[in-house]
Amino acid sequence: MSADAATHDDHTPSMWDWRRWVLSTNHKDIGTMYLVFAIFAGIIGGALSGLMRWELMEPGLQVFNNGFWGNEHNYNVATTMHGLIMIFFMVMPAMIGGFGNWFVPLMIGAPDMAFPRMNNISFWLLPFAFALAVMSMFVPGAGGDMGFGGGWVLYPPLSTSGHNGPAMDLLILSLHIAGVSSILGAINFITTIFNMRAPGMTIHKMPLFVWSVLVTVFLLLLSLPVLAGALTMLLTDRNFGTTFFDPMGGGDPVMYQHLFWFFGHPEVYILILPGFGIISHIVSTFSRKPIFGYLGMAYAMVAIGFIGFIVWAHHMYTVGMPVDLKAYFIAATMVIAVPTGIKIFSWIATMWGGSIEFRTPMMWAIGFIFLFTVGGVTGVVLANAGVDQSLHDTYYVVAHFHYVLSLGAVFAIFAGWYYWFEKIFGVKYNSILARLQFAFFFIGANVIFFPQHFLGLQGMPRRYVDYADGFALWNYVSTVGYMIMLVGMVLFFLVLIDAMIRRRKADANPWGEGATTLEWTLSSPPPFHQFNELPKIK
Amino acid sequence: MAGHAAKHDYHLVDPSPWPFVGSLGAFLLAVGAVGNMKGLVGADHPLAFMYGDGAFGGLILGFAVVLYTMIGWWGDVIKESRRGDHTPVVDLHLRYGMIMFIASEVMFFVAWFWIFFEYAIFHEVRTGWDGATLAADFQGLGTWPPVGVETFNPWHIPLMNTLILLLSGTTVTWAHHALQHGDRKGATLGLIFTVILGVCFTSLQVVEYMEAHFAFSIADGGNLYGSAFFMATGFHGAHVVIGTIFLAVCLFRLLAGQFTPEKHFGLEAAAWYWHFVDVVWLFLFAFVYVTFG
Repeated sequence: MSADAATHDDHTPSMWDWRRWVLSTNHKDIGTMYLVFAIFAGIIGGALSGLMRWELMEPGLQVFNNGFWGNEHNYNVATTMHGLIMIFFMVMPAMIGGFGNWFVPLMIGAPDMAFPRMNNISFWLLPFAFALAVMSMFVPGAGGDMGFGGGWVLYPPLSTSGHNGPAMDLLILSLHIAGVSSILGAINFITTIFNMRAPGMTIHKMPLFVWSVLVTVFLLLLSLPVLAGALTMLLTDRNFGTTFFDPMGGGDPVMYQHLFWFFGHPEVYILILPGFGIISHIVSTFSRKPIFGYLGMAYAMVAIGFIGFIVWAHHMYTVGMPVDLKAYFIAATMVIAVPTGIKIFSWIATMWGGSIEFRTPMMWAIGFIFLFTVGGVTGVVLANAGVDQSLHDTYYVVAHFHYVLSLGAVFAIFAGWYYWFEKIFGVKYNSILARLQFAFFFIGANVIFFPQHFLGLQGMPRRYVDYADGFALWNYVSTVGYMIMLVGMVLFFLVLIDAMIRRRKADANPWGEGATTLEWTLSSPPPFHQFNELPKIK
Repeated sequence: MAGHAAKHDYHLVDPSPWPFVGSLGAFLLAVGAVGNMKGLVGADHPLAFMYGDGAFGGLILGFAVVLYTMIGWWGDVIKESRRGDHTPVVDLHLRYGMIMFIASEVMFFVAWFWIFFEYAIFHEVRTGWDGATLAADFQGLGTWPPVGVETFNPWHIPLMNTLILLLSGTTVTWAHHALQHGDRKGATLGLIFTVILGVCFTSLQVVEYMEAHFAFSIADGGNLYGSAFFMATGFHGAHVVIGTIFLAVCLFRLLAGQFTPEKHFGLEAAAWYWHFVDVVWLFLFAFVYVTFG
């Protein structure tokens, strides 16, 4: 294989040739572009959260005080755009676009994706959608105030009559385009996974990361069009006089919430499922054991995906729904804890009795398991409509979803990044710096978000620029946590720069016999076109 | 690019400008649309004809780039198909891709049916009051259809359109089977009938819209009924137009001799799409026109 790889490396176009990237039909190049884009969007999304923590460090107005950063409205724009950017332009591109593109074809022994050219439009739509979203921050939103500040869920009437300027229209069309990108990507992945598995790789021999992407893209394919419908209704309500969400013409704003969360709940699983796949590989590799309960792991993800479609209204307990309906959504939501528990316990069972090596990715993976479990447990708390009645829209909810996303999904992304870094870039990284980054992230993220549980229980509401003095202590601690995490972010770039300057050639398989999937049989980086002869799976 | 040493039947596509150009087109279209709806520049700005309030310049530019991409991209697909790149496994990819695309379209219509059913079935719950206590502003919205909305008689034009679409479903199948049996003349005739029936459907839909006794916009005295009716049937109508164009392209490709009895996935995809449009209409007819009309 290595000799074959050497000859084919000659065909690799120069990385300074713009055509290689703009005109690309190569899944690995497109995956790399996704990763770079996700880092770029992550910087902007992260900077917005920095402004928010800066503002909330003390009571009163520090940042959004009608000075350079604008007024209180701009704080709400920051929360809104932080959410949208991190979800649509950071986590999804990194996990599905980046790692999915890179490793789904490699793991199933395919030379590329099923539709290599469509793959590239899935990528290129994103920077343009991102441009529309960023533009929206600088055009009038509500009256003379710039940008849309109604929260990432875009509820009417804030998103209809509440923001009459073009900012909201730009945001709607930005999400339409990002949605098209994801739907095309979903079609591509489903076709690739169903039709391009190497001879002998039955569906029950597929690596778990491929399983996770398969479930994820089905969720995308079936949930995003419903969001597209809801966004279109917003657009026509705003511009063409329809009354879907306007009671003056018989409509109902709550109907938007139903349509939105029918997409929104699968969306949160879209953000975390690929992370489940990544963690499974890492835990297995560094425990030198096959994953415990492979089939259970695979079908637990299928179950999570399926149940994810029938629990949406647990985001809406306070809209005044009947008690019977609440009872159903409580029960259905709690059921999700069962397959999720299967995941957690199977990871632990995989480590049990294994020959564990605490290499960099393993540290991130174990951090993920711990933090995701915390977020999962608070999720079970919030699933109860009675409890949620008082916790709804408080910082308890903010802490919950950041434990599963900012600490769950993002830790999974970093775990995958350090697991596959050498495979993707072909150079080694400084693992001491990378572990230091983990330490700063782990401590920083916990210091940011754990106190927010207390704030929520005390009753501090989300999405306000200021707060009562009683909340000052834990808000201060939370901002200190942000500073710790910021050091970790600097270390991330140091690791990257260090690796790119020193350029120490990476081995095909740096992890030893625990790494069993097909990507480790190829050189690092893999040849421009791999598997010219399809591998046979026993 | 398709690796001279490749020992597999997959199609490794050559580098292509279309994804980037198409994305740029989508961006221009979006900016043009916002300019048209809200005005991104003032009336005296030099770019007012592009992005001013009500201007169509930006929209037309974006649409032109998207259209150019479609023609160029799908033109390339046809070339590659005729060059033999579409091996049996690639053909299977295209089938999966089309099925998944239609699945996502179905979910798009789920949104429109969902909003329609919610309002049609739960109107009293949704408006939040019982009829006796309705505020003056909400008079008449507690029933479905709301008071004052004169709906269509489903057994006139809608029934006619149902028969037209069902008939077109048979003619497209006729065309397909004729092609499979090498009867090129029958295939051509079947496709011509299908396209004509598609155009008939759209024309009758236009007539129906012009005769509507309820409005789309609240500015014209409309309410939720008009919103839900026109958006659901309107998106279906747009899909009929797209499907008709798809079939017409297949007709031209058939006349150009690009389809063989063995290999004609373009026509099959158009037929699948047409059947999908047909089924959506049956649901519209059964529920929007007959049950809740």
